[in-house]
Amino acid sequence: MSDTQPILEVENLCTTFTRGGVALPAVRDVSFNVGKGEVLGLVGESGSGKSVTLRSILGLSRRYGDVTGSVKWMGQDIAQMPERKLRHIRGRDIAMIFQEPMTSLNPLLTVGMQLTETLKAHTDLNRAARRDRAIEMLDHVGIPAAASRLEEYPHQFSGGMRQRVMIAIALAANPKLLLADEPTTALDVTIQAQILDLILSLADELSMGVILVTHDLGVVAQTCNKAAVMYAGRIVEQGDVRQVLRAPRHPYTVGLMRSVPQNVPPRSQLYTVPGTPPSLEALPQGCAFAPRCQSRTDSCMATRPPLESIAQGRSVACFNPVTDAQGAAA
Amino acid sequence: MASIQYILKRLLLMIPTFFLVMIIIFLLVRFLPGDPAIAIAGDRASDADLEAIRERLGLNQPMLVQFWLFVTNTLQGDLGRSILLRAPVIDVIFDRLPTTIFLTLYAVTLSLLIAGPLAFVAALNRNKWPDAVIRTVFQVGLSMPVFYIGLILLTFLAAQLRWFPVGGYGDTFVERLHHMFLPSVTVALYTSAIIMRNLRSAIIEVLDAEYVQFARAKGLPDRLVLGRHVLRNALISTVTLLGLSIGNLMSGTLVTETVFAVPGVGRLMLEAIFARDYPLIQGLTLTFAVLVSVVFLLTDLFQSTLDPRMRLT
Amino acid sequence: MTDITALSAEATIPQKTRLQLALRKPGFLIGAFIIGVSAMLALMPGVFAPYDPNLIDYVAVKQPPSWAHPFGTDMLGRDSLSRVIFAYKVNMQMAILATVFAMTIGVIVGALVGYYRGFADMIFGRVVDAVITFPFLVLVIAVVAVLGPGLINMYIAITLVGWVYYARLMRAEVIAQMGNDYASAGVVMGYSDRRIIFRHLLPNAITPVIVYWMTDMALAILLGSSLGYLGLGAQPPQAEWGVLIAEGRNFITTAWWLSLMPGIAIVLTGLGFSLLGDGLADLLRPRG
Repeated sequence: MSDTQPILEVENLCTTFTRGGVALPAVRDVSFNVGKGEVLGLVGESGSGKSVTLRSILGLSRRYGDVTGSVKWMGQDIAQMPERKLRHIRGRDIAMIFQEPMTSLNPLLTVGMQLTETLKAHTDLNRAARRDRAIEMLDHVGIPAAASRLEEYPHQFSGGMRQRVMIAIALAANPKLLLADEPTTALDVTIQAQILDLILSLADELSMGVILVTHDLGVVAQTCNKAAVMYAGRIVEQGDVRQVLRAPRHPYTVGLMRSVPQNVPPRSQLYTVPGTPPSLEALPQGCAFAPRCQSRTDSCMATRPPLESIAQGRSVACFNPVTDAQGAAA
Repeated sequence: MASIQYILKRLLLMIPTFFLVMIIIFLLVRFLPGDPAIAIAGDRASDADLEAIRERLGLNQPMLVQFWLFVTNTLQGDLGRSILLRAPVIDVIFDRLPTTIFLTLYAVTLSLLIAGPLAFVAALNRNKWPDAVIRTVFQVGLSMPVFYIGLILLTFLAAQLRWFPVGGYGDTFVERLHHMFLPSVTVALYTSAIIMRNLRSAIIEVLDAEYVQFARAKGLPDRLVLGRHVLRNALISTVTLLGLSIGNLMSGTLVTETVFAVPGVGRLMLEAIFARDYPLIQGLTLTFAVLVSVVFLLTDLFQSTLDPRMRLT
Repeated sequence: MTDITALSAEATIPQKTRLQLALRKPGFLIGAFIIGVSAMLALMPGVFAPYDPNLIDYVAVKQPPSWAHPFGTDMLGRDSLSRVIFAYKVNMQMAILATVFAMTIGVIVGALVGYYRGFADMIFGRVVDAVITFPFLVLVIAVVAVLGPGLINMYIAITLVGWVYYARLMRAEVIAQMGNDYASAGVVMGYSDRRIIFRHLLPNAITPVIVYWMTDMALAILLGSSLGYLGLGAQPPQAEWGVLIAEGRNFITTAWWLSLMPGIAIVLTGLGFSLLGDGLADLLRPRG
């Protein structure tokens, strides 16, 4: 737990998309804090609302749906801030990197241009200084012969190198918070660890906060201070990473833990959480996880359990939370 | 820039296509009813005269030899003589071609001016009322035959209000712009409907692209996100689309030239058909095919110039 | 946005709900209504037309629209409304006859070359390249010139050129479908080629073709009436919209209604087909 004043406070964030007249509640009542230099892991299956949460923080979801709730950056609410003002926070204070290095860089512009345009938007550096800084950044993220690669286009880089370029672009203006949306999912396994190490060492070096969206609990265990588990658009459990992972309270977290291969004896059958996540347009009335839950009761089907604090900085949304003994047995 | 190698490769690929184009044209004309010799010499010509003409045109030869003659003559620029205009086909076509090219370029410019900004407005306001209005208007435009648009413009703006001349082509460039305005608008209204529809979805696709989201996340001002990231990418699809629609554009030009009595190759084509002037039909059909191929080639080159991914071929 | 597209892909809407959604769209309903009414007019024009379309009345020549003649009368005193209504028969027929044969040939050829590939596919590729090198209208009128003007020849000409476009679409779709597992599964299970093509590939690949067919019907009416206007399609005294507009052209300053009214019929019908097509596309196309 970090005891510093949080830099980002998200409260009751809700994002709703509309498809063909049907409302899709992609994110519901999500609340969390991130302190200076803190790394928060946002975990869940695809479609659980992790990415939408990140995009809603930066105001990127506005064009696609309704966003309510508050997002406080250094005490200032940016959730309803007009685009014109918000853009000075994007990239300069809060930066974001995306999942797909193949599609997240503009194929028609040189890497140098895509790097320096960020600097031009947020700094007073002149042309030559921007170029120097761009080379410095590329060098910093581990791209060899950086100066000669400024004039190259994204398709001339490999996937891992492209992800490094994206990190260089995101960090060019020295942001205080980095939103990383599954930054390693699209990469080869061997590259994944390198990129993660790079992000975390840079975060440490710049004392930058990070929200790391991932579906990989192993990554969370290794890298995060705090963890929040999302299911069907809601946070179902959150707290200090050691507590959440060692003593999960929510049956869904337990299920996720059990499906990580490292935790099982060799040659045993790999565990999967039975069933599939519900469709957002037909969410069950009660707990969204209830239909897949082995310890559900009638009240789970009838009413949705609220996210309640069970200890300092630790909360869970379940009527029948898993006890330590059960968690250990799993 | 596109490499010389690429251009050469592209040109080589056109050879088999053109071989087939020649076969199609050759076969078409061979199936024309009636004896071409009679068509040239007239009904009262003597048998000896007809025989002489057949001999001269190679009509007595086997099909393959005739085709060979057709191909070699065409390659030497000899497309025969027009029966209707009593002049070499190639001269007649070169005489009329500039008018059609002028009309086409004029129409392309107008349709870009009409469709481009409106597509942007529609895409940025997707599913809101400006989008709905623009799409409905163009939907109606797409359902209007070109000759009908032309007839309405001709009747109301030229004949009734006298804002524009009813016919003629004009001598100076400015005069031409004035004379050809209504024909160009006619073609442009039709093509801009096609362009607008596709450009709107192209822009929407680009707007949703991850790199545009990333550009927004970087904190770029809207002006740069739209101008640098969206416009450039949407421009490629627009040009490609325009290139691919050249056939439609030419079809529209043909009808429009007839409605407005513009002395271009389109109207000539219809005159040739009614006069059964088969050398002229043959030459004109080939001309249209060449025009379309040239535009396809230019589109490809433009695309490979704009898109760095296509440069290394 | 990955997540948002993932969302909509995840939300696979069942067929029944999709129909309900399509029915809620005003465009689809308007399209269906227009085509329904047009079909009725085409099937029984006599019931709706106030006069015999060919009844010549030299006493009432070029009369402006009135209660007795809502669309006025033409240069021979024939009732314009009745002529426009009787033209529905020909023009609606165009939408069908100028497209179904092209579609049938195209679907079969496209499926075969897409499935077998090889030499035939290579030749097909060249043919497509050659045919799209001609502007559609130029090739069609060239064929009409060979066969002679007239409705039947026009249908033949449009079919001769149009099948290529269907075949190209079908071929691409079959090739895309063959990448799917069920097609290879069919091969592994030793089904006959015919069974794989007609039972498995065709039903799955046909959806885009059907959607294209709708737009093509709208185009066929535009093309057919254009040829009628140019004097290469339907021939007077046949009541056909293009022919009617051409007949009125000489009197356009004195009797504007003669050309204006048939044009409105063209626009309405074309609009009906494209609205219906858009709705059908929403209905049939897999979401995502």
